[in-house]
Amino acid sequence: MTPKFLQTSRRAFLGGSAAAAALSALSEPALAQRNQPTLDQYEPVYLTAAEWAFVMAAVARIIPSDGDGPGAIEARVPVFIDRQLAGDFGAASDLYMEGPFAPEADMNLGTQSPLTPAEIYRQGIAAFDAWCRSEQGAALGDLDPDAQDAALQALADDEVGLKPELREFWTLLLQNTKEGYFADPRHGGNAGMQAWVYIGFPGARANFHEWAGRDEAYPLGPVDIAGERA
Amino acid sequence: MARTDPKKDVVIVGLGWTGAIMGIELASEGLEILALERGPDRSTVPDFKYPEVIDELEYGIRFGFMQRPKNSTITVRRTGDEVAQPMRRLGSFLPGDGVGGAGIHWNGQTWRPMENEYRLRSYVEEEFGAEAIPEDMTIQDWGVTAEELEPYYDRFEYMAGISGQAGNINGKIIEGGNPFEAPRSRDYPLPPLKQTVDAKLFAEAARGMGYHPFPRPAANASEAWTNEYGMQLGPCNFCGFCERYGCINYSKSSPQTCILDALKRYPNFSYRVNSEVLRVDLAPDGQTATGVTYWDEEAQEEVTQSADLVILAAYQLHNVHLMLLSGIGEPYDPQSGEGVTGKNYSYQMNGGTTMFFRDVDFNPFAGAGSVGMAIDDFAINQIDFGAEGFIGGSYIVAGNSNGQPIRGISLPEGTPEWGAGWKQGIGEWYGHSMSIGSHGSCLSYRDCHLDLDPTYTDRHGRPLMRMTFDWKPNDIRMTQFMKRKIEEIAQSMNPDSWQSSFKGEGARYDIRPYQTTHNVGGSIMGTDPNTSAVNRYLQAWGQHNVFVLGAGAFPQNIQYNPTGAVGALAYWAARAIREDYLPNPGPLV
Ligand SMILES: Cc1cc2nc3c(=O)[nH]c(=O)nc-3n(C[C@H](O)[C@H](O)[C@H](O)COP(=O)(O)OP(=O)(O)OC[C@H]3O[C@@H](n4cnc5c(N)ncnc54)[C@H](O)[C@@H]3O)c2cc1C
Ligand code: SF4
Repeated sequence: MTPKFLQTSRRAFLGGSAAAAALSALSEPALAQRNQPTLDQYEPVYLTAAEWAFVMAAVARIIPSDGDGPGAIEARVPVFIDRQLAGDFGAASDLYMEGPFAPEADMNLGTQSPLTPAEIYRQGIAAFDAWCRSEQGAALGDLDPDAQDAALQALADDEVGLKPELREFWTLLLQNTKEGYFADPRHGGNAGMQAWVYIGFPGARANFHEWAGRDEAYPLGPVDIAGERA
Repeated sequence: MARTDPKKDVVIVGLGWTGAIMGIELASEGLEILALERGPDRSTVPDFKYPEVIDELEYGIRFGFMQRPKNSTITVRRTGDEVAQPMRRLGSFLPGDGVGGAGIHWNGQTWRPMENEYRLRSYVEEEFGAEAIPEDMTIQDWGVTAEELEPYYDRFEYMAGISGQAGNINGKIIEGGNPFEAPRSRDYPLPPLKQTVDAKLFAEAARGMGYHPFPRPAANASEAWTNEYGMQLGPCNFCGFCERYGCINYSKSSPQTCILDALKRYPNFSYRVNSEVLRVDLAPDGQTATGVTYWDEEAQEEVTQSADLVILAAYQLHNVHLMLLSGIGEPYDPQSGEGVTGKNYSYQMNGGTTMFFRDVDFNPFAGAGSVGMAIDDFAINQIDFGAEGFIGGSYIVAGNSNGQPIRGISLPEGTPEWGAGWKQGIGEWYGHSMSIGSHGSCLSYRDCHLDLDPTYTDRHGRPLMRMTFDWKPNDIRMTQFMKRKIEEIAQSMNPDSWQSSFKGEGARYDIRPYQTTHNVGGSIMGTDPNTSAVNRYLQAWGQHNVFVLGAGAFPQNIQYNPTGAVGALAYWAARAIREDYLPNPGPLV
């Protein structure tokens, strides 16, 4: 059965410039095999309910659903972010986390926060939602889209008074949203490889000897690491 | 806990490109050799197997094959009065970790420096006068010449099966090659790769302006190749997952595809993984090394491993770190200018112009690590430093190595970074842009150096190495010159729009975005023990049984990617050890 979130996005797709490819992206067998819970049935592993609502709202503005191509919601980016935060990435398991910490050091010297990415999300969401409430009267998820955009722009411009330990919050949120949009579906986002279909990236095909040097549109849709075709 | 293992003839620290070369060269002498590699074992199968390795998030973005800062990092400051901060997350450069080192996940762009780069100080003094060299610039001669090294470049290129087109064979200029290159004794082992659309458009434009385009030399095999060790490469299929990934296809030259299986067949060679060398142990008089001490991760204990010969092959950064920790060479002091270990750290000055063509399908995913057409018309040996007001040069290139979407989609200036405009932009422009890049020299300066950090330590309690580095006006003038040249070419191609990204006046080093893993200097070679850390055979001046391989030997950075020179120097040092040192151990100079 086609998941609900895809049913709603289908219309937007068919109007898109990549319509032909998108049609194949939505072929029933590929979707049937995925058999995933819809986003409102998904039970977050790391994010709390309020944090989930924030992430749903934020990514829906960072990569909106209208216009050509899938939005972050159709691509299931929130699932990707939740899984990343629950795993090694969230736990900073590769990062050097020994003190002393100088979170206010020059940006060019890279992140100096004592907090892990998961902690930055937790504290960043709380602090930013508090800012939204005091400036706009409601948490990000409860604002209308224009107000959400304005609030996110203020976050991007570092105008919401976050403490230096949380300085990376927007960069992480933006980067992780794009990662979830484009990463192989095995990581939980890029559902149905729709983001790849949209831009014309063939995914894990990885064999293009006869295509090097040809100025013609590549005709095949993507495959993913699991061997699914879009 | 600690243990002492039986003595070996040779211990090699690190099993990447240089460790593998030295390993097989010395193994053929019948010596008992142990290579110690801090990371895990890696082989094409299972580690680079299709399709699992075609995972941009895991390898391209989360750096699955690289060093984890948690285990190994440095601190960085731009100037002597800044407090250095640890590089907590990887960014600017991506050192390797595990068997094969960065040699598994490089692009394979394999160059030989220009003749004058080996004797840069002498060249500038002779051609432009000593006063052309700014006071704080500490450039030096290498102590070897292009002519002396030629046979070793040839050896490396034939071992690695490089695809390219010679431009100068024994002084005869060959049409279609690089006419400005140093003379080589014969052509590349393999013909050039097929070219991508962007490379072809660039070459056509460059030719139209009277320049001399040639194919970028590639460690991505254009045809099948069997090397001197009996190792085989298959033709590259333009998989588009080259840099940051192991090759799925046995096509990228690496220790795995070119050396390791042959090396592992020598009964007198063995290697241990998950074994990080902590220091080189010196004899009480400090005149020789007795071996190394390493951390055995599986046994969770320190191991004393004695050996007659110690080869540092741990990559530039880690070689210098081990030298500083072990007392090999006097640490460099930027105040007095004295000392040698850590001196002349340098990097690479790059920039580029991106052009957008609505009607061209570049198919950027159909790429290979070293594909591309280059020109050397503005190389370091083509520029009048007196007239231009800088010392340096650059190769200029277009060639698309990958189209992976998380790593970045170029969008025209003014496109928002997020929201509806960004989404529309990626749909419109993915596959419709190309770049012309400048890959330029970066010289050495009195304050740019490596030493031990006073504050931060690693998981073994050793001080981290501290890097002091910033961009300098000379190199910014060089890159601004290249910007003007590249923009002229770009405009002649009539793109729908274009934009440039070059360092400008006052640019500061930023460790966050990836730039290159071309860290050089710190264990520089030369002819004088007072100004260099190793002699012309890469032998430590103070400890004759320690040899230090890798790009640490470069007294300033060349205008090219380093590994051609790194490989040639490894063969050069191997010859000196085999023919001169082993029969008569002692200082070679
Ligand atoms: C993403 C990327 C792209 C690149 N592209 C190019 C290119 O196109 N052209 C080019 O010329 N160069 C390129 N390079 C650089 C190239 O990979 C290096 O020049 C080359 O691998 C250096 O060889 P090496 O033997 O000095 O170091 P490596 O090959 O990195 O090997 C060093 C080994 O030592 C190990 N080691 C380190 N410390 C210790 C210790 N204390 N104890 C035990 N083992 C240790 C490491 O784990 C590693 O395996 C690239 C590098 C990267 C990362
Ligand atoms: S582009 Fe070629 S050499 Fe590089 S990883 Fe792919 S197949 Fe191997």
